[in-house]
Amino acid sequence: MTALVSADLATNLLILVLATFLGQELIRHVSRLLHTPLMALTNAISSVSFIAALIVLSNPGSDLIAFLATVAVALAATNIISGFLITDRILKMFQKRKPKK
Amino acid sequence: MSDLLTELLYVVSVVLFALSLKLMSAPRTSRLGNFCGVAGLAFAIIATLIAFQVHQVDLLIGAVVIGAVVGAPIGLRVAMTAVPQRTAMSHAFGSLAVALVGAAEYYQEVPNIDPFSLSVLSGEMILGFLTFTGSCIAFAKLQGLITGRPILYKGRSVVSMTVLAAAVASGVYLVANQTQEFMLPVMAAFALLFGFLLVIAIGGADMPTVIAILNSFAGLSAAALGFVLDNKLLIVAGSLDGSSGLILGIIMSQAMNRSFVNILFGGVGASAPTSQMAATGPAKTAQAYTAEDVATILENARSVVFVPGYGMAVAQAQHVVKDLADILEKRGCDVKYAIHPVAGRMPGHMNVLLAEAQVPYDQLWEMDRINPLFPETDVAIVVGANDVTNPAARTKADSPLYGMPILDVDKAKTVVFVKRSMNPGFSGVENELFYLPNTMMVFGDAKKVLTDLVAAVRKLGK
Repeated sequence: MTALVSADLATNLLILVLATFLGQELIRHVSRLLHTPLMALTNAISSVSFIAALIVLSNPGSDLIAFLATVAVALAATNIISGFLITDRILKMFQKRKPKK
Repeated sequence: MSDLLTELLYVVSVVLFALSLKLMSAPRTSRLGNFCGVAGLAFAIIATLIAFQVHQVDLLIGAVVIGAVVGAPIGLRVAMTAVPQRTAMSHAFGSLAVALVGAAEYYQEVPNIDPFSLSVLSGEMILGFLTFTGSCIAFAKLQGLITGRPILYKGRSVVSMTVLAAAVASGVYLVANQTQEFMLPVMAAFALLFGFLLVIAIGGADMPTVIAILNSFAGLSAAALGFVLDNKLLIVAGSLDGSSGLILGIIMSQAMNRSFVNILFGGVGASAPTSQMAATGPAKTAQAYTAEDVATILENARSVVFVPGYGMAVAQAQHVVKDLADILEKRGCDVKYAIHPVAGRMPGHMNVLLAEAQVPYDQLWEMDRINPLFPETDVAIVVGANDVTNPAARTKADSPLYGMPILDVDKAKTVVFVKRSMNPGFSGVENELFYLPNTMMVFGDAKKVLTDLVAAVRKLGK
């Protein structure tokens, strides 16, 4: 049993740690002006849970499972679409005017 | 073969996600960053569809159509003042999606889940469900459906902790006896209840931090789901989202000089202000002025700093603030905006509203940069901000605000305070600033007062 988990688990933990460090570094440098759109963007990105629902939906063992995954797809799709659209709308406002000197 | 292709496309996707956050470092490149995010997600979805054939395509398409029908109007129509609510709602949706996939995965694999995966899965579901109800309550508070004040009762910490412990215990039981399927809804119910109890006891002014923490939870649960499905892309995206929420949460809590624990369980802002007012001793009088009075002062001002707060958002006064700023600037007056990190209801809230009103972003000054400039400022105009300007944070050790970094507006030569009433801010603490000799209180709705002010300034200028 332990053998089954360990190799994959170690790799995945490594990925988690590295991605967290990367995230911290990247986010630290995000302009404070843009914290609101940042949140909208990371939200849309984390709606990549969409693909998790897809994976479950590829072979649902029961109607209940298919139902849960379908609801998840709808929720994630809502987030993806609204998230990217609103992020763009906000960011557009920050472009309109070049800082004048 | 297709598996390798999928993995490679996932790598492309990860690169695009990282790039999209990197491009957010400056407004100039930020739209490209958003585009990279879209592209990364598109690659992720295509890659997944290559590796996993979805049989019930009708269900999938139906769900995506629903998502588009609901999501597009939200994305295109929501007013900028309502962005905090929208964000809370998206945390709710995202975390519920993750929790439901977790539940689906459990029913799919039971009874052959190894204990480690099941532990992660249970943790993921608890986190997902509690973030869901927590975000729903945050949404209701921000939307004004329920009171923004914390709802407190005796022994609430004990009750909340017991409920959380019950959720965890149900999870442990499930891991130990994974065929006991009834335990999953029980666990979910406790987690949902905990999220509700947690956020209902938090005040509106603490929402910037709460939203950031919920964001972090949502990301963390997505990463946990990645562990269970052994999907590395999900781990990366979840970690990026989680880190983002965490950093924003830290910035917010530092800007209030409070710990996460204090914000989540402190219940600040519940106390009725009356007792405190009575206790302050000799009667103090705040001087009420009219828009015309303020216009006279502005006549001779060479430098003006606007201090926006949540009140500006509520009154939708950002455009008229900009109108006033334009008039002042035309006269050669220097105009800046002082942005406190926790002004408003979510990180960066004020910046977005002012950008909407087309304020150039080089006029938006962060707290650390603007504070040294207040002594040389002729007029500081506070529009709907309160606690973030309260000098009690510097001087009164017994104040709940004590130690919180504030905008030093009291050091400006004249302070104009646009406010609906004498009521204290969300902290429940009275603002001494109202009684300073150089303070001019102007009572009324921010938008109305500023509109009057614009008219008065124009009239004087003629």
